[in-house]
Amino acid sequence: MNRVKIARIVLVVVISFIIFGPLSSLVIWSVAEKWYWPHLLPQQVGLFYWGKVFQGRMMQALQVGVLIACVVTALSLLMTVPLGYVLARFRVPFKAVVLLIFLLPQAFPQLPVFANATVYLYRANLGGKVPGVILIHMVGALVYAVWTMTAVFKSIPASLEEAAINLGASRIRTFWNISLPLATPGIIASALLIFLYSLDEFTGTLLVGSPFVLTLPVFMYNASQGYELPVASITALLLMIPGIILLLVLERYLKAEYLSSFGRI
Amino acid sequence: MEVRVENLSKNYGAVQALRDVSLSFVDGGLTAILGPSGCGKTTLLRCIAGFLEPTAGAIYFGNENVVGLPPQARGTAMVFQNYALWPHMSIFDNVAYGLRLQRLPKDEIRKRVIDALNMVEMMVAPDILERKPTALSGGQQQRVALARALVVRPKVLLLDEPLSNLDAKVRQRLRVELRRLQRRVGITTIYVTHDQEEALSMADQVVVMDCGEVRQVGTPEEIYRKPTTAFVAEFLGVTNVLAGTLMADGKTVLAAGTQIPLPEDVPASSDHFTIVFKADSAYILQDQPVPEDAVTFAGELVEVFFVGSTYRHYVKVGKEMLLVDSPFRVSGPQVKVVVPRAELQIYPGAPLGHDAEPTCSVG
Repeated sequence: MNRVKIARIVLVVVISFIIFGPLSSLVIWSVAEKWYWPHLLPQQVGLFYWGKVFQGRMMQALQVGVLIACVVTALSLLMTVPLGYVLARFRVPFKAVVLLIFLLPQAFPQLPVFANATVYLYRANLGGKVPGVILIHMVGALVYAVWTMTAVFKSIPASLEEAAINLGASRIRTFWNISLPLATPGIIASALLIFLYSLDEFTGTLLVGSPFVLTLPVFMYNASQGYELPVASITALLLMIPGIILLLVLERYLKAEYLSSFGRI
Repeated sequence: MEVRVENLSKNYGAVQALRDVSLSFVDGGLTAILGPSGCGKTTLLRCIAGFLEPTAGAIYFGNENVVGLPPQARGTAMVFQNYALWPHMSIFDNVAYGLRLQRLPKDEIRKRVIDALNMVEMMVAPDILERKPTALSGGQQQRVALARALVVRPKVLLLDEPLSNLDAKVRQRLRVELRRLQRRVGITTIYVTHDQEEALSMADQVVVMDCGEVRQVGTPEEIYRKPTTAFVAEFLGVTNVLAGTLMADGKTVLAAGTQIPLPEDVPASSDHFTIVFKADSAYILQDQPVPEDAVTFAGELVEVFFVGSTYRHYVKVGKEMLLVDSPFRVSGPQVKVVVPRAELQIYPGAPLGHDAEPTCSVG
């Protein structure tokens, strides 16, 4: 029994090291006030950079990033909840084409696609502005959203809706009373995925937004470019927090049925 | 409510799911639609409910043709194979849904919901109204689904294989209760099933369907005892099917080495005939004299199985294998299979064959 216990502890330690080991350097860097080669650990440790980060532009970048992520999530859901329902329930002509169109931007390398989009956005006077960044985020977010929403509605048996229609409920009423409440866990899961995607999006934000719209990933990039590694590390740590929290929530809502119906749209 | 369908057809592209079906359902009674999967029985039910638009034909509720009416306006109530209760609503909310759509006063809704649940014997616990459907067993869920359908006092009750997902014991009990309940409320009921025992035991009228067509309509007794087509005979019960050919005299059919005179009411309209008899209507003799009004097949007893209620004898006659059920075990090897003439059905045309591919391809 004891040997099993020891083996288990060793296993946990090893796995923890694999997961958290790379992150530990971020933590060390975030508190390093002075750290020169060839020292193994920083010579001077303190919260100087943490204070600096929280006073400066980083908080602003965080605010802008969260605002953009919220708008992107709301807009994506507004578009894809009805669209996903229609694609899942009705015989839509060219259904495969519709789904493919949403997938298309992901089929090519991101950089040229976004660079091209940037040109158009600047031409439309949206470059360097928050709405422009929101639009470029939507390109990626809609892919997740359409495919997951279609899968979510597909996983609800049609007979549940037919039972309501049969008793006299209109299509729209059935959607509000039956389909939407049953899809809510899936919609929440989908919303979290979109939110995280937008919060972490880098390429498009840099190309369209920089230098006027700064989000955390771009801010971190700038910091590391300027050899402000403590600042970059702190930003990276902060960026992880919403991801971890949301993924814990996500795990509660994402059901196996959605995943299993993912392929057969 | 009297329900009739006239010349109903439904095509999916080139596939004909219903072909010119005309039927009238027993007013206030239970009509079972029986058939193998893909025979069009569910398509017919969904056309009546309004979930499918027929390609041609009419559906009458009383004197009103309801084709073109949306399902909401038809006043039918459907019970589904998978119960289709809404898992996010309580039992009360599930049953009350249809009444709330009718904007009835709260007191009346509550009274009718409780009445309906009492009717299906689901007021078993004081907190039953607040429970979620997922907390109930399959049989209980189907009772609640039935209450949800009956509470709106539908013109027509539609049941789509309602007992198929339940285990044998619960199925047996619900069958009896469903039948009693249907008699009591007297709502015209259409019951789709692939289970012949269910259809025969519950229905006032049985409709046997195959390939999108009606093969026979009749009381359970008529369907079982006097099937009018080879398909119906084969589909019901443990049945022997033999291929026969018309002999030169035009009055006798040769099947498995035995000459069978054609009954007077069967015209010699074909060179090939199908001879059908049930395993429990034949018996086995060894040396005893054969009664006059019977057909005899001489063969070799191959195997005897005890199947609970009876011994099933496998007798090889020429190339054919005949099944004979008998309450006692007969020993062989040389035996005679005797079928009373009245138990023998003869149909023009070659048999479908047990393992043959279905002749229709209906979705």
